[in-house]
Amino acid sequence: MSALVALVPASLTGAGVTTTGEAILFWTLGPIMVIAALGLLFARKAVHAALSVVVVMISLAFLYVAQDAVFLGVVQVVVYTGAVMMLFLFVLMLVGVDTSDSLVETLRGQRVTALLGGIGLVVVLAGVVGRATYGPAKGLTAANADSNPVELARIVFGQYVFAFEVVGALLVTAALGALVLTHRRRLTARVTQKERADARVRNGHTLTPLPAPGVYARHNAMDVPALGADGQPLDISVPRVLRVRGQEADAAEYAARIDRVLAGGWASGGGAFTSATQIGPVGGTTPPEAADHEAAVVGAPVPGVHAPSGPQDAGDATVQDQRTEPKP
Amino acid sequence: MNALSVAAAVGGAPTGADFSHDTWWIWAIKAVAILVFMLLSVLFAIWFERRVVGRMQVRPGPNVHGPFGLLQSLADAMKLLVKEDIDVSAADKIVYLVAPMIAVFCSLLTYAVIPMGPQVSMFGHSTPLQLTDFPVATLYILACASVGVYGIVLGGWSSNSTYPLLGSVRSTAQVISYELAMGLSLVSVFVLAGSMSTSQIVDSQIRVWWFLPLLPAFVIYVISMVGETNRLPFDLPEAEGELVGGYTTEYSSMKFAWFFLAEYINMLNVSAVATTLFLGGWRAPWPLTAIDHGVLNTGWWPLLWFLAKVWLLMFFFVWVRGTLLRFRYDQFMKLGWKVLIPSALVWVVCVAVVQGVRQFTHLQLSTLLYVLAGLVIVGLIVSFLIPEKKPEQRAAPVKEFDPYADGYPVPPLPGQVLPPSPRAQRRMAVQTATDATAPQVTQEVPRG
Repeated sequence: MSALVALVPASLTGAGVTTTGEAILFWTLGPIMVIAALGLLFARKAVHAALSVVVVMISLAFLYVAQDAVFLGVVQVVVYTGAVMMLFLFVLMLVGVDTSDSLVETLRGQRVTALLGGIGLVVVLAGVVGRATYGPAKGLTAANADSNPVELARIVFGQYVFAFEVVGALLVTAALGALVLTHRRRLTARVTQKERADARVRNGHTLTPLPAPGVYARHNAMDVPALGADGQPLDISVPRVLRVRGQEADAAEYAARIDRVLAGGWASGGGAFTSATQIGPVGGTTPPEAADHEAAVVGAPVPGVHAPSGPQDAGDATVQDQRTEPKP
Repeated sequence: MNALSVAAAVGGAPTGADFSHDTWWIWAIKAVAILVFMLLSVLFAIWFERRVVGRMQVRPGPNVHGPFGLLQSLADAMKLLVKEDIDVSAADKIVYLVAPMIAVFCSLLTYAVIPMGPQVSMFGHSTPLQLTDFPVATLYILACASVGVYGIVLGGWSSNSTYPLLGSVRSTAQVISYELAMGLSLVSVFVLAGSMSTSQIVDSQIRVWWFLPLLPAFVIYVISMVGETNRLPFDLPEAEGELVGGYTTEYSSMKFAWFFLAEYINMLNVSAVATTLFLGGWRAPWPLTAIDHGVLNTGWWPLLWFLAKVWLLMFFFVWVRGTLLRFRYDQFMKLGWKVLIPSALVWVVCVAVVQGVRQFTHLQLSTLLYVLAGLVIVGLIVSFLIPEKKPEQRAAPVKEFDPYADGYPVPPLPGQVLPPSPRAQRRMAVQTATDATAPQVTQEVPRG
């Protein structure tokens, strides 16, 4: 963009002649802008449409800069591309990557009304533009005599200061209106982080992060419960979703297998190096396929192998509501 | 703050750099030099950060490859280059590919308008150490930064995965909120310097660097520049403890390296902007300016001061990273919207009022500043007289010491005494029992 400023200095003379540089720029950017603008209309995904608008905006900024309206060009990018379109994207992204526009008309007669309104706007604009009269062109050198931003400031804050202030007031009112309309009164006291922490201690919840699943040396899958310090499988280490769906692997099965390995025998005989391919068990208890020599390295002694013990069962419920707590 | 020097500094209209003698090959040399400088600086910055953070955490950091481990980041870059490039099959292909390019491309644009030195002689041509400059150069920097964020936002969105999406949503909100504060803090520099062109702003700092008279704006800029570059304590878009890797989670190989590159170039960018706008740009620091009538402010010397200032700020980045913890998201937003933006607004209004009074009346700046200082002092005294708001009635303070208040083992506050331990109680009980020859021994069961 900076090179353009220097490449195309004072591209439009008083007589309105376009220089070669500007012509090249225009005929390069013009098709890009038209294609991008059509992309806005025909893109399936909302984010693609938004990106098309971004392309149009940035190309427009290039054209502004080429026509010596440097301030306008840069502000176009800062305000519209950097802030307004970013807000649009913010909303659109939350819709998700795979969703395309719904074409169902939610308000009856919406399209007809929009069409009529559009035609009306075109008529009004055509009337105003057709009747407008312009004075003779001063030329960009005269218009930018005291640097572009300064001259622009003279016009905006001198000649059009009233219109400028009115628009400012309108925008502030709109922002305040949005705030008022979306304001919700808080009915209950706000629960602070400290109070949450206190409550957690008082109710005997787990204070530390929950143990990670699958601390068996061979099976670090999400569905394999970890072993506690006492050698018991910890149910809370398996994500709640898996537990609710019944996709949790049977800890006892694994523990028994490890016991056998510790005792010096093969876990399930044979297929030592074939285990890596199995993906996520679907129907509850899927035993591990085979243990190889590494399994023998498992350090934790596994005494009583069966079933989760009492305290962890009790902890289960508390863990659930702990995880569903809303963030402050 | 030296009021007179401020008055003198803003008195004369600053003049910009003179590019009239530049030829196309001087432009080419400068542009290539900037590119090479950025890439080498990034390699150095990664090594620098790892070494400094290492030193702060009492460990050596990378020290194997090359002298002092200097080639470590080169080795890392090579590794990233030859790694397998994994494409996410569910990703939005084009956007997924374009996003890292946007990030890097936009980050490389900023240094074009950063003045690194005054007029120097380059192959017989007198030219400023700056690629280009125009009346709205500072706004152009903001524009490049705001377009660069599209890289992060689109990268997160197009990965079609939860954590990257969360990262990019956070990044959007972060940019919108912190760019406002950043822009507002720059406005006060524009007001005092009377220009938005970077070389003119540097020229307006002959007597005093703007960070002194505009200290609040400088502080706001420094905070928001850390937020803008997604660095700790504001690295929420890529918070590895919360979002795996944020927007970079699904990126690998060179595409990941581009994001990485963009982040470090952005650090250099915001440091250079802070240097140019607040720290006198390429001007030599105070005691050195006196040497030989300012010879250190001419020729190629200023490049040294410029780099020193930029790397001082880079050190600040690393220092902050080694010191502070990540903000919680709501605290982060609160800081942006409820602290930084209002204070930046108030400060801009103050600066504008002072500048307006000076412009439209014949008041001396020193008088004006004394009046303002008086007003501030009076305001402070009055604020001391206002009775302090009583804290809300919480639970009545417990007089006696509870060593397990709310289930935590807590130390006694000043004035409180720990109750005797169970063993001491037993001993005391035995003592009293033997004294009174009473057979009963009571023991309190410890709680918790």
